[in-house]
Amino acid sequence: MTRTLWDSSVGKKTIMAVSGLIMLGYLVVHMLGNLKIFFGPDEFNHYAHWLRTIGEPFLHYEWALWIIRVVLVAAVVLHAVCAYQLSRRDLRARPTAYVHRKARSSYATRTMRYGGIILALFIVWHILDLTTGTVHTGGFQSGHPYQNVLDTFSTWYGNVIYIVAVIAVGLHVQHGFWSAAQTLGVGSATRDRVLKSLANVLAVVLTAGFVSVPVAVMTGVVS
Amino acid sequence: MKLTLRVWRQQNAEAPGAMATYEVDGISQDMSFLEMLDTLNEELILSGDEPVAFDHDCREGICGACSLVINGDAHGPERTTTCQLHMRSFDDGDTIDIEPWRASAFPVVKDLVVDRSSFDRIIQAGGYISAPTGTAPDAHATPVPKPDADSAFEHAECIGCGACVAACPNGSAMLFTSAKVNHLGVLPQGAPERETRVLDMVATMDDEGFGGCTLTGECATACPKGIPLPSITAMNKEWLRATRKVHR
Repeated sequence: MTRTLWDSSVGKKTIMAVSGLIMLGYLVVHMLGNLKIFFGPDEFNHYAHWLRTIGEPFLHYEWALWIIRVVLVAAVVLHAVCAYQLSRRDLRARPTAYVHRKARSSYATRTMRYGGIILALFIVWHILDLTTGTVHTGGFQSGHPYQNVLDTFSTWYGNVIYIVAVIAVGLHVQHGFWSAAQTLGVGSATRDRVLKSLANVLAVVLTAGFVSVPVAVMTGVVS
Repeated sequence: MKLTLRVWRQQNAEAPGAMATYEVDGISQDMSFLEMLDTLNEELILSGDEPVAFDHDCREGICGACSLVINGDAHGPERTTTCQLHMRSFDDGDTIDIEPWRASAFPVVKDLVVDRSSFDRIIQAGGYISAPTGTAPDAHATPVPKPDADSAFEHAECIGCGACVAACPNGSAMLFTSAKVNHLGVLPQGAPERETRVLDMVATMDDEGFGGCTLTGECATACPKGIPLPSITAMNKEWLRATRKVHR
């Protein structure tokens, strides 16, 4: 069955749908966790520490976090590899472009590939900035995420990179969530309006939730 | 009507092609698009030039032979086949771009004619039933629920013209394949091959070099027979079901 999935364009789309939904689920939780920044440094930092203690004493310190990280890396890699291979197939299938060009499909649909590349680059920067602190400006302090977030959103480029990436997430989710439903065969003519609305709501809520943090730092609501 | 036509001319599969510009005059609004091309070809023949090659057969919108991407739209601006498109959909003095279906699985044979035998090979992979169904009266011996019969009929409307592939930015044949899979899959007569049909037809579709589906919806917009986009969703569901059931 694994061979069948990997050998078929429909199978690769299934892998993309499932890995995409895993990442989407993570994003919703991540966004909600970020909003804790509005309750002050103590609660935010305590939440960040709690993330490392999930599952104790059954799990060792940080084990749950590492399990989540492994699942996410697997999802990102599978999603990206399938996207690359399917894109190659799609481009090969239309070797000669039409002379008379027309703007086709929605903006979100047309920008899925660029959006995916933007997001992949963003994830690398985001981890180096706020997880490892390698490219962090203002002195990275492990265990003090509140201050680290303030540092990042006190630089113009930190805000620009983050907000561009968050908009890319919104667009990607808007087409991606609905597409995943079609790929997994749960869409139908009667369910279409519900699925499209759900995709729009997810896209707007994720974008607004993530963007609220840099906006709050820039406007001094969080300081 | 007087029109400027920019038409893709290509001597054969190997030769490079290019857009050529022609002026045609005296076109009636009641002419079909193909009759307009016939007029152009008569003029070309009289002046000693080679006529433009294009596919056509029944000219009543049921055979699926005609094609043409007209001003960037498969089968032109109306939701019908090119043979049923009439010149009243255009204005006097218009410039009209006419191109062949573009897909690596539909190589150009000459001018506007493409080789669509890749569709035949997808059908050969599973677009049939093996059960003897007898003569017409015997059809009533097997009861088919009305919703299933309606669904089968809706998908059976596909004439295999290839507009879905031409319109898809990925040159994907998912709408065509899903129409065939769903047409036979919902009927009791199609049940014996239900799993192998979808697996083999999708595999052949991939092998023929068609692109994948990114759900842009262009195929369903272009389809002259109105095969709906959820048809693809239904085929995805069938494919996943078959993958779970058939171990190989």
